[in-house]
Amino acid sequence: MEEMINITIKLFAQYREGKFKVEKRSYIKNSTIKNVLDDIGLDLGKHPIGILMVAGRHAEEEYVLQNEQVLAIFPKVGGG
Amino acid sequence: MGTKSPLTGGIKESNVGGTIAGIMAKLGVKALIIEGIPEDDSTFYHIHVTKDSVMIEAVPELVGKNNYFVLDAMEEKYNKKVAVMTIGRPGDMKMLISNISVRDPKGKLRSYGRGGVGAVMGSKKIKCITVDAEKYKEVTYAAPEKFKEASKVFTKALQENPVSGEGLPSFGTNVLVNIINEAGGLPSHNFRSGNSENAEAICGETMAENIKERGGSTTHGCHPGCIIQCSQTYNDEAGEYLTSGFEYEMIWAFGANFGISDLDQIAKIDALMDDLGVDAIETGVTFGVAVDAGLIEFGDGKRAFEILEKEVANGTPLGRIIGGAAGNLGKLYGLVRVPVVKNQSIPAYEPRAIKGQGITYVTSPMGADHTAGYAVATNILNSGGHIDPLKKEGQVELSRNLQIASAAVDSTGMCIFVAFPALDDPKCLPALIDMINARFGTNLNEDDVTNLGKNILKAEHEFNLKAGLTSADDRVPEFMKYETLPPTNAIWDFTNAEIDEFWNF
Repeated sequence: MEEMINITIKLFAQYREGKFKVEKRSYIKNSTIKNVLDDIGLDLGKHPIGILMVAGRHAEEEYVLQNEQVLAIFPKVGGG
Repeated sequence: MGTKSPLTGGIKESNVGGTIAGIMAKLGVKALIIEGIPEDDSTFYHIHVTKDSVMIEAVPELVGKNNYFVLDAMEEKYNKKVAVMTIGRPGDMKMLISNISVRDPKGKLRSYGRGGVGAVMGSKKIKCITVDAEKYKEVTYAAPEKFKEASKVFTKALQENPVSGEGLPSFGTNVLVNIINEAGGLPSHNFRSGNSENAEAICGETMAENIKERGGSTTHGCHPGCIIQCSQTYNDEAGEYLTSGFEYEMIWAFGANFGISDLDQIAKIDALMDDLGVDAIETGVTFGVAVDAGLIEFGDGKRAFEILEKEVANGTPLGRIIGGAAGNLGKLYGLVRVPVVKNQSIPAYEPRAIKGQGITYVTSPMGADHTAGYAVATNILNSGGHIDPLKKEGQVELSRNLQIASAAVDSTGMCIFVAFPALDDPKCLPALIDMINARFGTNLNEDDVTNLGKNILKAEHEFNLKAGLTSADDRVPEFMKYETLPPTNAIWDFTNAEIDEFWNF
């Protein structure tokens, strides 16, 4: 059986609509953020990815996730 | 508006929405300059501006009244559209947390904030300024067709940008609570942590859900013609109006930094502060410091409301202590955890964890001002690229470029949120310059605008040097240099020489 990792996924702003605020999901080891995004199925055509953070640090879609990491996914947001 | 700040001792410029600027432009008034103080300072005065004249009259009946009373009196005296600028009782009493409030299109208030600008108006014994909204000519354009064309491009840039076109109208500025919290840069418990346990309870998403359930509105323009509509009307559980213009800085200051977990309670305080005309950042940070002084407990919103309503509004000794703002309160109580730069409270982005923003706080001639060069955009929000918020590299240059651009854009009267499309859409700023050229018949290019920004920034710096400020004032509070900030464990690690390099341009 393939080794799995647990990832806590947090969604924000428009991404929460019809989805969830926070959820823990399991992925195959060496999964990237991109794999998680494909799995969640966000409407990226309507709201493209703005900011990705792993454990509070900015990350790219190619980032390989580690067990028990927290991934935060934001559309483009701003304010002041 | 521009003045010398009684809070920082340096220069102060402040921008606001509301109806007054547009009406003044239609009257053909470019600026209103008020010098000196009246000989008879036993009462307060009202200044009324019309197309042909300026009238000044004593208004003893308004002395000791707050903003909405003044608004009602002026609407009754003139008409519903009259533009009004006013100060509440804290402004009368020259408190350093006081703002100047401006009537918005719905008859609510927006604020010229920071630096104790309300105290300046109070010192001149001006209770309110009104501008006639009936007898004016329409704005004329040197090249109307060109203006229309450029304005279309500019509008499209704002509407198609995901921040100004979607995020802000959906969630307001308060959309920032979660992302700044995730990045560990949301100052909490008087700048002890970069995370708040209250984030989910007070965030923009929660606010938008409440508005959906209770009625109210997620969109509201703070001035006529606004196409971003980031403001909102926020109701209580019974669907009754609580407040409007419920912004990130207010919700952060009282929710994360002072620790109130109930968004409705923060809304009540916001509405009271609008009426009193006191600054969200300055007042909220002062309450955070007041906790360390032993004057109040973290999260005690009920007591904070009481202090504002009874003590600040009446100018009691405790009210004066709070009204004197965070820096002075810290000195009175011998505290070192006093988050101010140039005596002005640090806004909702922790300088240790968002270092580019920290550079803006220390170098801006305004004191700790997030709007002077919003490096959060590039440090956190991936607007205008990305520079790691926890590293020093590139931050001085980033802040300098943003401060130059902001000085230029501010001087056009444009809203700060133009910055988001401007950073990411190459058509945005040229369209703004085209609009200026078409309006005034000028021939400005992008270099002219950059040079305008540079000149403004240098002039402001020069003002401060002549007012007695030095590079020693361009520093963060000392505790940020030896105390790490959880959860990033970031520390303020810029040398003085690295900071001072900012002015080499």
